Amino acid sequence: MDSLWPKIEPLLLAVQKPARYIGGEQGARRPVHGEGRVAWLLLYPDAYEVGLPNQGLQILYEILNERPDALAERAYAPWTDMEAAMRAAGVPLFSLENHLPARAFDVVAFNVSAELVYTNLLNLLDLGEVPLHAAERTAADPLVVAGGHCAYNPEPLADFVDAFVLGDGEEVVGEVTDVLGPWLAEPAAVLDRRAVLCDLARIEGVYVPALYEPRYEGGRLVAVEPVVPDVPERIEKRTVADLADWPYPRHQLVPLTEVVHDRLNVEVFRGCTRGCRFCQAGMITRPVRERPADQVRQMVRDGLERSGYEEVALTSLSTADFSGIEDTVREIVEDPRHGERVSVSLPSLRVDAFTVGTAAQIQRVRRTGLTFAPEGGTWRMRRVINKLIREEDLYSAVDAAFGQGWRRVKLYFLIGLPTERDEDVLGIAELGRRCVEVGLRHQRSVTVVASVGGFVPKPHTPFQWFGQDTVGELHRKVALLREAARGVRGLTVRWHDPEASAAEGIASRGDRRVGAVIERVWRAGGTFQEWSEHFDLTRWQEALAAEGLSLEDVCHRERDADEVLPWDHISAGLHRDFLWDDWQQALAGAVVEDCRWTPCYDCGACTGFGLEHVVASPVPPAGGSQGTGQDLSAGDRVPVRLVTGTRP
Amino acid sequence: MTDPLTRHRRRFRYGKLGKIRFTSHRDVARMWERALRRSGLPVAWSGGFSPHPLLSFGLALPTGAESTAEYIDVTLDGDPGTDQSSEDAHDLAKRIGFLLPEGIDVLATAVVAEGAGSLQQEVSSCSWDVEVQGLAAEELATRVGRFLAAPRVVVRRERKGRPVEDDVRPAVLALEPVAPQRLRAELATRPRGVRPQELLSGLGVDLALVRACRRHQWIDRDGIRCEPLALSGEVAQGCTS
Repeated sequence: MDSLWPKIEPLLLAVQKPARYIGGEQGARRPVHGEGRVAWLLLYPDAYEVGLPNQGLQILYEILNERPDALAERAYAPWTDMEAAMRAAGVPLFSLENHLPARAFDVVAFNVSAELVYTNLLNLLDLGEVPLHAAERTAADPLVVAGGHCAYNPEPLADFVDAFVLGDGEEVVGEVTDVLGPWLAEPAAVLDRRAVLCDLARIEGVYVPALYEPRYEGGRLVAVEPVVPDVPERIEKRTVADLADWPYPRHQLVPLTEVVHDRLNVEVFRGCTRGCRFCQAGMITRPVRERPADQVRQMVRDGLERSGYEEVALTSLSTADFSGIEDTVREIVEDPRHGERVSVSLPSLRVDAFTVGTAAQIQRVRRTGLTFAPEGGTWRMRRVINKLIREEDLYSAVDAAFGQGWRRVKLYFLIGLPTERDEDVLGIAELGRRCVEVGLRHQRSVTVVASVGGFVPKPHTPFQWFGQDTVGELHRKVALLREAARGVRGLTVRWHDPEASAAEGIASRGDRRVGAVIERVWRAGGTFQEWSEHFDLTRWQEALAAEGLSLEDVCHRERDADEVLPWDHISAGLHRDFLWDDWQQALAGAVVEDCRWTPCYDCGACTGFGLEHVVASPVPPAGGSQGTGQDLSAGDRVPVRLVTGTRP
Repeated sequence: MTDPLTRHRRRFRYGKLGKIRFTSHRDVARMWERALRRSGLPVAWSGGFSPHPLLSFGLALPTGAESTAEYIDVTLDGDPGTDQSSEDAHDLAKRIGFLLPEGIDVLATAVVAEGAGSLQQEVSSCSWDVEVQGLAAEELATRVGRFLAAPRVVVRRERKGRPVEDDVRPAVLALEPVAPQRLRAELATRPRGVRPQELLSGLGVDLALVRACRRHQWIDRDGIRCEPLALSGEVAQGCTS
């Protein structure tokens, strides 16, 4: 098929940031299409500047392009001005490498990391001239695949996606290619789409929704069951046992234009066992698999040299927990090959003074802001969510930050958490006020930003049964907090739009009936729902009503132990009993420790797959972490040496 | 070893052709920063609270326009005598060009004499090739004639996000049709520059820009025009002194 570039080029003079549509990033390939190569179009259904840095997509891009029997190109969601220009000019969704139409590919594969992009996924299928519903597609249409964290509740997208891939994609993309290659080599006349879907469904970690049917009774889902033999009743996720086998991306894409996280990223471990109960990522990516420190250093060295970046982020869900993080960081900073100005960033700081010390080592130049995530305003609340940051840890971290020259501290919190009382919300303001006070002992003026988001319960977490706060309740709590923070000089409260949390809730925990809701929102013009200027909850409410569903039922209702959840046939390795027990423990305020350094409590993630944690250090980090090696009995005690005037 | 107390300036002339023309001026600045970091050249840094590499870009090129006459001045540690690379400008240009993305080609490089002005201060006009569509050749020629004869040509344009009306006529130093759909123009950069798109607005709303390419930037030295760094012959020619 011919390149669409001659038709795209004239559109670019009239759109914002046209560099998003030209490709040509350093590290990008120009694969040659041809017989015997399964052509994948990897899509991130959000704007280029958000999607390009996505490491998951870049990893699969390299792995597929290294195979002799596959190739991969990329596309992102064209911004609304470009989409309008494309539709007016009859230009379909195109790839960035060869500027080929989406239909020139055998597989159209989406990375879905956030629920609010679902309407964009539909829009991209439509713009790519791929039939919207899986049931309408024939053997002449591309196969539509989706992976990423949102695949753990695939039901809302089940009508639109042919196959979901659960968990780590490194191995499974090859297995899907192995199935498709021989199938595509057959004469077009005999291609049977249903047959190849059945073959794909037999790959471990692949879910083909067309082969499963939901059953409802009295308006409630009661089962999702296979309708063909030989496919699993419960689909298990895939887990790469050892990250050392997958040192990707080797050639991280260096964009020609501005994107978020514009720096080298090196993943130091995958998985997290801190056990924060609200955190879906921490639950579904277990067990912890560390990359060997030598490999981390090598990837940093090669990556900096190749890219010309002078900043590297060591990424994971909690980088400060990486075994020997101080040594690794020091060696990177002191490596003469990197020059004097290379900076290392740890995107997820553990909240304690010790971690701030490590941060101080590496951010020698510009100390503007540090970010911590206590998530809960009171020690009681943090026990419920199992985020075991003692008051002492927090204030010593803030003390260390301001003491070592940082001028701004940002604190992330959730509101609308299970068992939350007004005093927990007010606790956020109190905590912020004390942090300002700590800062003023070191500097004449400081800024503390409390950033507040409405909690959305996620599948495969202990909070999956919880009834999400209503929009009205979240607004009330935000108002309460703002009132309490008023007049505290140096403390700023920022909050996430409660309406967006409601829409996220619909897409997160809905069953297959929510697919029609998403379609209605998209048809009403609701794309780019993660962008507040394009978001409107009324579209979602109207769509729900039209489908006979309600926010109350999908989002705000608490589920009981017996209810069939829309994702019960999907397994992230976690035992349902483990999640339920942890939910009950949460309600009782009981905590669980990080299992990396304490005995296994059998969540299922390791035992179910015959896996083990890959953690180099046999002991928890100095200063303790998440309950291990810490005295939790005095978690709510505010150390007087740090804060003066503390109420008894 | 380079002497940290002495510094000198090295000028590069580069082109921006093809798909990469849709990147912005700031995007190109970042490409140069990364390429220079990889090159190992001893780029000098500013002091102060927020240190940055001492790179000086000339006039911004509008996003979407091509060029064979873009410039960057790089301040390097050490005196010009220790600048090994000055011995082989051709190889250096090639090496840096290899580190830049496809479409950005280094065309020449030379050391700038001490005391020479900055690109921003010195350049006073640019030559452009502009490809247009929407008018027949004769009509285009008539419009050009009318434009040149007019004492004032007011166009609406944006400045800092706000619409303003400006007389662009004084900034159009030369304008001629060179092919049926092609104009050649020399546009002043001071007191306020005129972009090819704004020039076309002055010729009529029915004229659309297809492609624009900046061919030259000009420095006026007592009535003698020269380029910051010329292309023909020796790479070190031009107004680097």
